[in-house]
Amino acid sequence: MATSSVSKGCFVFKPSSKKKKKTLSLEDHFTNSSDDGETATRRFNICQELWDMTKSETGMLQDELNKKILDSLLEFIKRSASSFQSKVNDWASVMRASEIPTAALVLGVNVPDHDMTFQSLSELLQQSVTPFVVSVQAKECAALKHLMQKVLERLMGVDVTMDDDEEDGGQHIAPTHHKRVHCSLSSLCDWYHSVSKKYAGTSPGKKRTSTAKDMPSNPPIVVIFKDLEAFSPRVLQDFIVICSRYVQKLPLMFIFGIATSPSTIQHMLPHSVSSLLCIELFQSLSCTQHLATVIDKLVLNPQFPFKLTGKVLQVLVSIFLYHDFSVRNFIKGFQLALVEHFHSQPLSVLCCSKKEALAHIQTLGHEDVERVRQLPSFMRYVETQEPQKQVELLTKDQCVKEVCQSLLKALRKYHKNYYPILRCLHTLTSSLPKYPLGKQIRELHISCLERNVWETEEYDTAMQLLKLLAKDELVAILQKCVVILSSSESKKMKAAHGQLQSYLAKFDQLDNLSAEELMQDAVSPEKELHKKTDLYQLQKTLLEMKETRRTKKKTPFEVLRNQILEFVDSLVRVHLVPPESKPLNEVCYYGSSGVLRRHLNATPRTSIQTALSNPYCYLQHEGLKTDSSAVSNAAPDICIVYKLHLECGRLINLFDWLEAYSTVVSAAEGKDPDSTDYGKVDELKHARFIQAVSELEFLGFVKATKQKADHVARLTWGGC
Amino acid sequence: MPALVEQPGYAQEKLSALTKRVPCRETQASTLLALLGEPEHYSYPSIFIYGHRASGKSHVTESILQELELPHVIVSCVECVSPGLLFEQTLLAFFGPEAPTLLPRAPSLSDFVRVYKQLRAETPASHTRYLVLDRAEVLRDMEANLLPGLLRLQELVDDNVTVILLSEIDWSKFRLNTGCLEPLLVHFPDYSKAELQQILERDYHPAYSPELYGLFISILLGVFYSVCRDLRELRHLAALNFSKFCEPLQRGEVKESDTHKLWKNIEPHLKKAMQTVYLREVSSVQWEQQQQMEDKEAGALKGLSAYAHVELPYYSKFLLIAAYLASYNPARTDRRFFLKHHGKLKKTNFLKKHEKTSNHLLGPKPFPLDRLLAIFYSVVDNRVAPTASIFSQISSLVTLQLLTQVGHDDQLDAPKYKCAVSLDFIQVISRTVSFDIVRYLYDFL
Repeated sequence: MATSSVSKGCFVFKPSSKKKKKTLSLEDHFTNSSDDGETATRRFNICQELWDMTKSETGMLQDELNKKILDSLLEFIKRSASSFQSKVNDWASVMRASEIPTAALVLGVNVPDHDMTFQSLSELLQQSVTPFVVSVQAKECAALKHLMQKVLERLMGVDVTMDDDEEDGGQHIAPTHHKRVHCSLSSLCDWYHSVSKKYAGTSPGKKRTSTAKDMPSNPPIVVIFKDLEAFSPRVLQDFIVICSRYVQKLPLMFIFGIATSPSTIQHMLPHSVSSLLCIELFQSLSCTQHLATVIDKLVLNPQFPFKLTGKVLQVLVSIFLYHDFSVRNFIKGFQLALVEHFHSQPLSVLCCSKKEALAHIQTLGHEDVERVRQLPSFMRYVETQEPQKQVELLTKDQCVKEVCQSLLKALRKYHKNYYPILRCLHTLTSSLPKYPLGKQIRELHISCLERNVWETEEYDTAMQLLKLLAKDELVAILQKCVVILSSSESKKMKAAHGQLQSYLAKFDQLDNLSAEELMQDAVSPEKELHKKTDLYQLQKTLLEMKETRRTKKKTPFEVLRNQILEFVDSLVRVHLVPPESKPLNEVCYYGSSGVLRRHLNATPRTSIQTALSNPYCYLQHEGLKTDSSAVSNAAPDICIVYKLHLECGRLINLFDWLEAYSTVVSAAEGKDPDSTDYGKVDELKHARFIQAVSELEFLGFVKATKQKADHVARLTWGGC
Repeated sequence: MPALVEQPGYAQEKLSALTKRVPCRETQASTLLALLGEPEHYSYPSIFIYGHRASGKSHVTESILQELELPHVIVSCVECVSPGLLFEQTLLAFFGPEAPTLLPRAPSLSDFVRVYKQLRAETPASHTRYLVLDRAEVLRDMEANLLPGLLRLQELVDDNVTVILLSEIDWSKFRLNTGCLEPLLVHFPDYSKAELQQILERDYHPAYSPELYGLFISILLGVFYSVCRDLRELRHLAALNFSKFCEPLQRGEVKESDTHKLWKNIEPHLKKAMQTVYLREVSSVQWEQQQQMEDKEAGALKGLSAYAHVELPYYSKFLLIAAYLASYNPARTDRRFFLKHHGKLKKTNFLKKHEKTSNHLLGPKPFPLDRLLAIFYSVVDNRVAPTASIFSQISSLVTLQLLTQVGHDDQLDAPKYKCAVSLDFIQVISRTVSFDIVRYLYDFL
């Protein structure tokens, strides 16, 4: 672009509106990068649908889990609000120091999740108790002035937007915005009295129809401190002291959001201040329990077509347990896996409800059928077929489609049976000492996904321990299993259910039943004895008999217990096979844990090192492509300097470094190696070198040292 | 009958009403009144009243000014987030609602003085005006010229005005270096036990005889006097526990005269109150509810400090352990604890003189980030990639106030931290990850 200026300078050119890039919608982003448009759109729609489902379901779950604590909190606030009004001539209330009712809400260290809780809390409060709810965060309240300002602004501002009367709103807004100086609680007091008078005067039928009736005539003002720990104690103390002066006139109430433990209050507030508060404690559900319910709803749900493999689930769970305890982040991770799956796997178009999937199979193009053939699980399946069928499968598209339909149905059936059995196995093993198969169902799920669980040592120990259970324990657990199985609709599960119930019935009749009846089909050893003629054989059998006699004779209960456990074992072996063995599992299972880990658990240092040692990775320029660890001499200066510095010891001589750099760069310029000025340092190279070194210093690889004047110290180890 | 507060220039009935309002503070009230002089007289420019919490400073001052109907304004300095608010409230009280509008935005002391002078010219003071500044210690943190200016306000505005400062801190902590007018100091001593008894007895329950209430108060003071002399707090405790005291009377088991039985009934209860509701471990509402419940359910309520347990992510626990080790071990000893072949170093051999005192007595020492990470990588049992979330956990530990950052927040280059948790806390944390922290602490070697 040209300017008419004669002097040098920087000129700002605003982009003209015509040239504005069309902003791409989500869908465009999704479809652009994949080759076939139609299935991409379809995939996008399925993905979107599944995500919406997940979101609404987790939201409902959150509400459900919070319901208890929110209800008790609400109860507390209502009670305190009514006690504000009853303060009349009662002797005790006159005598009592006026305390500010305070709810200490302990939410756990998963700070990112708190927002949702506070959101629903303040919505709930606004609906049922008071319109005057204000929440403040520590970062916006560095000083008392800011805290006061925030509280006043939000309170009065909120009311203005809530009220439909423009004139009234204008009046209220005037004092705050035109005259900031009036930022004191006394002005809030005046405002409150004018508003509450009006509030009480409005007829319930006019605006706030149903809710207004429940609300007390003097609705309290609730101040929510979202993150108590982060507040400066000084600010908080002063604020409480000020508020306590007005508590007679203003029905104030606090909610402290606490991440660590309630004793923080005592650390932050001296006795003189905490004696102004009437603190009641509310403990929320622990985040691990929250995660367990979320996993139960999302991951262990046969109706939800999208599945995670063991590795991916492991990544998500370990991020939760090791790093942040945040359920919100877990759901975000799940979302990422969902999007990645639908984006990277073209066959994911089949990952939807049964009807749709069967319809989609019919519309698959030749390319897609080819993709199906490429699936490792499908290839394994083909190998097991007869040669005639194999040829058909490899040549005829229609045949593949038909087989796919039946395979998908089989996969769905597998899921229908897998989850009830998984739950049963978990109920059986979760009460065992030391939890050989894991305390949480997700641990069992992960091990089932990864290998044949019955081949593991832990499974054997669990089974051994189960054989030691007492009758009443076993019966109680089995009854739970019956409940789990009864909720399943699949035929096989119904059969298993019937069988288990018959076993349970046997337990009831156990006293009437004799051991012989149960062991009727076992061959008695004495009979066998007569058959033996060989002396050696006879000796062996006698020894065996001695063994068995030494071990106590089994009681009917023990026999029955073993039978039941064998039955459970057979169920596990049939239904808990890892999904990888099932053909077409790639359609539903997302398995690239590496991608997920890279995105969710970023390693900044590794990326910097990769960028420096292998610039091709990020720049994608053909000229930079090199084999092994060498760096092309055409790489950016900082990469060359970095590479050279790896070869040095703890102290680096700057001049030697510069010489080496200039040699490398000269080679890149394609100069004749024999010419005199080859590798000579000129001004430009010098400047480039200095810049690269200071960039390295900025990144923390080298720093200036006082030990030697023209040296820098390395700050990292290894290399070469 | 206590001595009457006397001062010429005021009506006798007003003075006697005043005397009634300030029990056990008659001496202080008359001293103050003598200092204030007759309403038309010029008084000393500034008076500084100090004494402990709830020793009647504000109450006496307020009573005098209200009973004798002197023009005054009482401003709480905590509330004045900016000096402007203080000026506004003063002008509003002295010169009516229009006065504050004359002040410019963000007024300074000189603006205040100018406006004051201007208004004074219109309505000069017939009687001394009193500006009472409650919790005056906050003024020290405001602008440097504010306190000296207020001390000689009389001189600056050339008006019959007296500034009364109320504070819990004595004047020597206020003293400014130069050119400051020394105010007159008036000290309010603490109430004695007898005085507390006398004051508390005044508000007896209407349904019971004053003697019974007096008995209750003396039992209450017997328990609480050693820990709490705050009148307000004692009143509060009396209100909370009186119903329990009266229970046997209501049931008709005990007569009012049977003091011993009443004492036996209430004494353990009050002792329990001292440990719970007085420390605000249990809120007063919960305390009252608990009283209404029968004794069988009592004790189910846990105090705030009972919930000290904090659930942390796995690596956060190790980061916290590493921070604790870095804070309480001398940096030189890291080799001894975290290197495999450290050789035998006896504690006595490399003890430096100043290190002989326990590090736990000296408190946590600051340590740089890289030392924290080095210790972290050697205590955590498996390999951990230096991911972004490890670093973000450090900063979230800082927001949770389990670590504190030393120096300013904007020091991005090599930030320093201190560990802010106790030994008990870290022992609980390390037990959950089965890490024997005591073995790694230099103090317990």
